[in-house]
Amino acid sequence: MATYVFKLPDIGEGVVEAEIAAWHVAPGDTVAEDQHLVDVMTEKATVEITSPVAGVVQSITGKAGDRIPVGSDLIVFETDVAAVEKKPAMAEAKPAPTLVEPGPAPALAARPAPNAKPVATHRGRPLASPAVRLRALEKDIDLSNVPGSGPAGRITHADLDAFIAGGGRLAVSGGRRKRTTVTEVPIIGLRRKIAERMQLAKRNIPHITYVEEVDITALEELRQHLNAQYADRPKLTLLPFLMLALVKALRRVPQANAHYDEAGGKLLQYDAVHIGIATQTDAGLKVPVVKHVEALDIWQAAAELARLADAARDNRAKADDLSGSTITISSLGKLGGIVSTPIVNLPEVAIIGVNNAVDRPVVRNGQIVIRRMMNLSSSFDHRIIDGADAANLVQEIKGLLEQPAAIFIE
Amino acid sequence: MTNIRTCKVLVVGGGPGGYVAAIRSGQLGLDTVIVEADRVGGTCLIRGCIPSKAIIHAAGKYEAMQAHVGAGHLGIRLDKPPILEMKKLVAWKNEVVARLNAGVEALLKKAKVERVTGWATFRDGKTCDVRTADGMLTITAEHVILATGSRAVELPFLPFGGNVISSTEALDLAETPTHLAVIGAGYIGLELGIAYRKLGAKVTFVEALDRLLPLYDKELTRPIEQWLKKHGVEVHLEAKARGLEEKKGKTNLVFADKNGAEHRLSVDKVLVTVGRRPNTEGWGLENMAVDMNGPFVKVDKMCRTSMKNVWAIGDLVGEPMLAHKASAQGEMVAEIIAGHRRAFDPVAIAAVCFTEPEVVGVGLTPDEAKKKGVEVVVGKFPFAASGRALSMEAGADGGFVRVTADKESQVILGIHAVGAHVAELSGEFALALEMGARLDDIAGTIHVHPTLTEAFAEASLAAFGRAIHI
Repeated sequence: MATYVFKLPDIGEGVVEAEIAAWHVAPGDTVAEDQHLVDVMTEKATVEITSPVAGVVQSITGKAGDRIPVGSDLIVFETDVAAVEKKPAMAEAKPAPTLVEPGPAPALAARPAPNAKPVATHRGRPLASPAVRLRALEKDIDLSNVPGSGPAGRITHADLDAFIAGGGRLAVSGGRRKRTTVTEVPIIGLRRKIAERMQLAKRNIPHITYVEEVDITALEELRQHLNAQYADRPKLTLLPFLMLALVKALRRVPQANAHYDEAGGKLLQYDAVHIGIATQTDAGLKVPVVKHVEALDIWQAAAELARLADAARDNRAKADDLSGSTITISSLGKLGGIVSTPIVNLPEVAIIGVNNAVDRPVVRNGQIVIRRMMNLSSSFDHRIIDGADAANLVQEIKGLLEQPAAIFIE
Repeated sequence: MTNIRTCKVLVVGGGPGGYVAAIRSGQLGLDTVIVEADRVGGTCLIRGCIPSKAIIHAAGKYEAMQAHVGAGHLGIRLDKPPILEMKKLVAWKNEVVARLNAGVEALLKKAKVERVTGWATFRDGKTCDVRTADGMLTITAEHVILATGSRAVELPFLPFGGNVISSTEALDLAETPTHLAVIGAGYIGLELGIAYRKLGAKVTFVEALDRLLPLYDKELTRPIEQWLKKHGVEVHLEAKARGLEEKKGKTNLVFADKNGAEHRLSVDKVLVTVGRRPNTEGWGLENMAVDMNGPFVKVDKMCRTSMKNVWAIGDLVGEPMLAHKASAQGEMVAEIIAGHRRAFDPVAIAAVCFTEPEVVGVGLTPDEAKKKGVEVVVGKFPFAASGRALSMEAGADGGFVRVTADKESQVILGIHAVGAHVAELSGEFALALEMGARLDDIAGTIHVHPTLTEAFAEASLAAFGRAIHI
């Protein structure tokens, strides 16, 4: 019998450990070469790991949420061909349910065990003894609302006591019910990553947030004109204009396009402008990065932005697509609100927040007129960026967006 | 002269539903009257469960003794065959019934329930007239519990009377018939037919469906089929009785087989057990303005009819027509009337057939569970591997315990058993279902050795492929 130990490969970028996001195989499974085995998450991206060999999975290490060092044993395969062919039949012959045996727990659960106890219903009715059912009836409690702690979610007297103590009785006597169930959602994977990075940034960076309003009436006209004129090209949103304006504005405040190496006591100021675009996906917040925006024209910027946003939403983004930004733009589109207080994307020093664009009455030349107005809420690392620098950068952007032709003039 | 009685609770019908409702109602301090024309005890006690079990017991004893005649059996030898005196057997059965009947009367008295003997006829939802030995009595009640029970269904071409008998008459025969034909191989027909076979009668079943005991799956009925075959009992399936011919003092049962061909059986009694129907006629139900549910009185989970404070329980309200269901409903209704919150909400109601061998079922069979879309795991343990069964000659009848559980949660959905004495396991089976037991709850309960109940634990282990003794 030949065994093959598959170790967590180096996923690049100097990653030293990865978090297991989801297993796609379990011990006993027969795996073909290149079959999707497991998803692991690095600092930047979720990576699909595929099998280098064909074989039967003997054991796997770690469960979803666990962090595994690069180079450690991940999966042990049995690669003997005869065994590979024989195994599945044997696995099927086993009796399906396993009695809970005393002794060591299996190395892992193939899927993360939901921590939240489901309300016990069996064949459409709560699982509870006659005495518990009678007590519930007497107290006018619908047992289908009571979480059960017993085997298979059986509702015990203690569960009923807890439900009553928690106001359950009141909860069910009126038309509107108090809800008392607490659902435990494990914070793992991308969500844990986001939580850690947000905490780190908010703790370490003294933020200064500066809000200014921008009249984008002219920019809107230009944008719509371009979209109408060049229907065959990528649809332009406001973002590519903002990206190009940002590139230009950064010439005046170059220290905002930088990484602050706090431990090294230095600021790494970049000529290249790699703009991270904070993007909401079903899995959570992701920041795909449009590289070298200084070298892109408006159409290229729009195309690259669209490609990255789609990739991030479809979970296809490569680690490289999600790393290397020097400055970040955060936009919630129509959900942008009036003002936001974005958190700087560590180790960067500036983040430009885009609020909602709306028609507002404003005063121009002593007259009230209706203009398309949009606020920019931008945060800076105040250790590096002084208030005046922040104001300068934002005013520069404002000037460019209000006179959009200026964006394109060198 | 008409006497008038008003009360809090009026129970109509003194069977296992009605008398339990009355006793509980009396216990709870409610002014209660129970009306019954016959002795109390109902079909169950007077002409059903109890007397049939007495006859079945005696028949089993008689048959067992035959095995000792001549060469002997188990080292016990009888020189002469036992002699059956049917009249004395019936008299003994009547004693059992009388003792239980007196017991129920005493319990009603103890609970301060007023017992009215007579036939009640309702004028409206809350008032009935009862013709008693002391004249007419009009009873008006705040609450009425209807517990009128059911009766054997009569076939129009085989009306009861003479040699055509129902289960009631079958329990009072003066002598063992030479040839008993049983129309309908449900549990009542099988129980009585098998008993009379044991008592020496030739027995033939005529069943319209394609199998006997259609409520149970084939695996469960196979041991019964084997017993019938071994004992020379003919079973005509998909056969329809046509009627009776009386010729020259001989009685012929005419039936058609599944191809329509007519056959004649020379018989001396025809027992018709083709089902039971609720007693809904002859006592003024039509004056009470309650809704019906097919042939049954319509009730909700609390046994409320459509008429306020009129309750109905037992066979009158639907299947299963079982005494223990009626009693549970009766007890519940009395408590509801006394102000408690109750609902009839069992996980399952066990049913038992005192056939040879016995069959017990509670909850879903594997097929029923699958039909509901549940993925199941099934464990079976044969009594042939049970020390206790072998030590009491109960290991060779093909009996077993079968447990059906939800594959994912291991929660037990149904338990079925066939074999000698398995009726006595029904309590543990029902408890397992009511408590929401999983397979490992049963497997983890130490069952006494040597008893038949070990087979339940072993069947639960068998569901994991881990039974010890197979």
